[in-house]
Amino acid sequence: MSHVFLGIPTAPRGVGHLRGDRPFPEAAREALRDGQLRANLGHATSTIRAKRAAVVGELPDWEQLRAAGRAIKAATMARLDEHLLELEARVTERGGTVHWARDAAEANAIVTRLVRDTGADEVVKVKSMATQEIGLNEALEAAGIHAWETDLAELIVQLGEDRPSHILVPAIHKNRAEIREIFLRTMPDVDPHLTDEPRQLAMAARAHLRERFLRAKVAISGANFAVAETGTLAVVESEGNGRMCLTLPQTLITVMGIEKLVPTWRDLEVFLQLLPRSSTGERMNPYTSLWTGVTDGDGPSEFHLVLLDNGRTATLADEVGREVLHCIRCSACLNVCPVYERTGGHAYGSVYPGPIGAVLSPQLTGVEDNASLPYASSLCGACYDVCPVAIDIPSILVHLRAEHVEAQTRLTPEAVAFKALAKAMSNSRLWRTAQKATRLGRLLARGRPILPATLPPPASQWTFSRDLPTPPKETFSEAWAREHRR
Amino acid sequence: MRVALFATCLVDTLVPQVARATAVLLQRLGHEVVVPPGQTCCGQMHVNTGYRREAVPIVANHVRAFAGAEAVVAPSGSCVASIHHQQAMVARRAGETALAEEAEALAARTYELSQFLVDVLGVVDVGAYYPHRVTYHPTCHSLRLLRVGDRPQRLLRAVRGLELVELPGAESCCGFGGTFSVKNADTSTAMLTDKMANVLATHAEVCTAGDASCLMHIGGGLSRMRSGTRTVHLAEILASTEEAVAPDQATAPAVSR
Ligand code: SF4
Repeated sequence: MSHVFLGIPTAPRGVGHLRGDRPFPEAAREALRDGQLRANLGHATSTIRAKRAAVVGELPDWEQLRAAGRAIKAATMARLDEHLLELEARVTERGGTVHWARDAAEANAIVTRLVRDTGADEVVKVKSMATQEIGLNEALEAAGIHAWETDLAELIVQLGEDRPSHILVPAIHKNRAEIREIFLRTMPDVDPHLTDEPRQLAMAARAHLRERFLRAKVAISGANFAVAETGTLAVVESEGNGRMCLTLPQTLITVMGIEKLVPTWRDLEVFLQLLPRSSTGERMNPYTSLWTGVTDGDGPSEFHLVLLDNGRTATLADEVGREVLHCIRCSACLNVCPVYERTGGHAYGSVYPGPIGAVLSPQLTGVEDNASLPYASSLCGACYDVCPVAIDIPSILVHLRAEHVEAQTRLTPEAVAFKALAKAMSNSRLWRTAQKATRLGRLLARGRPILPATLPPPASQWTFSRDLPTPPKETFSEAWAREHRR
Repeated sequence: MRVALFATCLVDTLVPQVARATAVLLQRLGHEVVVPPGQTCCGQMHVNTGYRREAVPIVANHVRAFAGAEAVVAPSGSCVASIHHQQAMVARRAGETALAEEAEALAARTYELSQFLVDVLGVVDVGAYYPHRVTYHPTCHSLRLLRVGDRPQRLLRAVRGLELVELPGAESCCGFGGTFSVKNADTSTAMLTDKMANVLATHAEVCTAGDASCLMHIGGGLSRMRSGTRTVHLAEILASTEEAVAPDQATAPAVSR
């Protein structure tokens, strides 16, 4: 049995974007009504699903690669403390500075102070989930520092004053026409004849960003990987905006979750194969930037690494749930998820949507602060099948549901019902009696093959969209017993 | 062979014709069928809703009910998957090691219907006759947890008179998901709608699957839409012959309302 020690802090409330303002079913109900959203998502996810399937299918050793990825991550987590200290030592040796942030508030304070120390009032950013998680942009803004997102999709979200809805493609919920409208409305010098042709949109973003890259003194990034034995950080991307941020400014600040490291350089071999095929459906991503500390006359002269906990140590303490720390944020599980495909990412409340979000967010915040998320899945298992590091998401969902149920101090009506049902199902004689009770439904049906569509809750949650067959006169086991009586 | 039939709680209570069809089919193939009277439920609904502690006595009852069975067959991929993947796990977590071991041993002798027919009995042509246009929905737990593969389709293709049409988007979940169907009823319905659109696009008369639960969901939706397409469990199709057509369908078309 596992024990989560009460002493390990989870991600604090009031800072960052790990909690929604309402439960998933409610948020989903609204999203499901948005026909444009559903069309955009359906189109985008099915395209990327097909691309992923094609490039994964090319590799005869994909299953072995997955197993290797999983094994490396499991081994790393088992000695995370040692690897982190090694990383700190190597980064420091190479002229970088390592900062330890217990949570979002600490990380934001550290980064804000570091930017202030440079005298800059703006920063360029490489797309990063960790900084979205802690709400860094808002924290910087409050300190009078403007953060420019440079990833195209992240830029669209920022300009549209929207929220990201996907790990890899934060603006996946927007189509080209909507993006054109945002650009026309928010980019000061944009060509008024801008069309929704992808190349035109990309060129407009390019022109908009170029100026910011050239004048920026400080860049902020996340990291896809950190190599403990060398102190090397890695960012994997498609657009080259990351490369600009990582090389042009004088100061580079990287915010990284403590689970992102791998022990050795060789381990990258596995993940750099798994990640692009799973995320963008490419054999190889266009840009892989690797840097170790600082190098005279080459790239930033100052490098800070902020190591973020924000509930990760608490997650590591859960024997079943800790597997979520293996995630390499490829987003393959989002793209195959039948729930995500229909509700989109905003319904999950947290910056981590989809299957991984449903198991990660509740653990980072403590399950009671995201209690509806583990139930936001039909447990179809498609996520587990595609996950490049074979995280058994369905089993963790089920585990977190139990953690939620077991955390209740008062008996809910649902718990009363399930306990009573469990009692009946543990004793066949009681069960036969309970089964007979369902026959009362026959009275409601009044001879029809289906029950009325307007039943009281919770049955109404079924019958509002689905007919319920009228219970039979006799159960199978009764009939069988009657026929086989001796 | 002497086969112990696990009807499953849902089939036994709401769609008994599916268990009947399973028994009839196995008897027709020359096997003795027993229905252990102590059986109730595999415990899946409790485990999947978060009541894993409460599931332990249900698992204990299941193991007791089927003690000594040579082979257990159930017309449900989902329940068999739970027996294989969850029963021992919840018992072990509750510190019931002996129960966990018994559950594991029983799981090793427990089969989903199509797996039992093809892998254990080695039959593909069960001698059935079913003159209808049919499409097959591979339910998620049969597909991804049990990996039944194309066994059901092979069985269906051997049925005389049956025209099997491919279901577009077959591997997408239908949206049932146990208590998901009521806890997230809107999302469940959105998934169901897309599944129904694909089913209806096949112009099949019948949508079949290896899980009565998913079929109750899909069939309930088709019935609500007054669609003529109905859902029929795989066991009912395989039990049908020229002499005995499947007695009832899981969800009758809603024309009588
Ligand atoms: S859980 Fe697996 S599939 Fe999902 S984002 Fe993480 S690595 Fe990718």
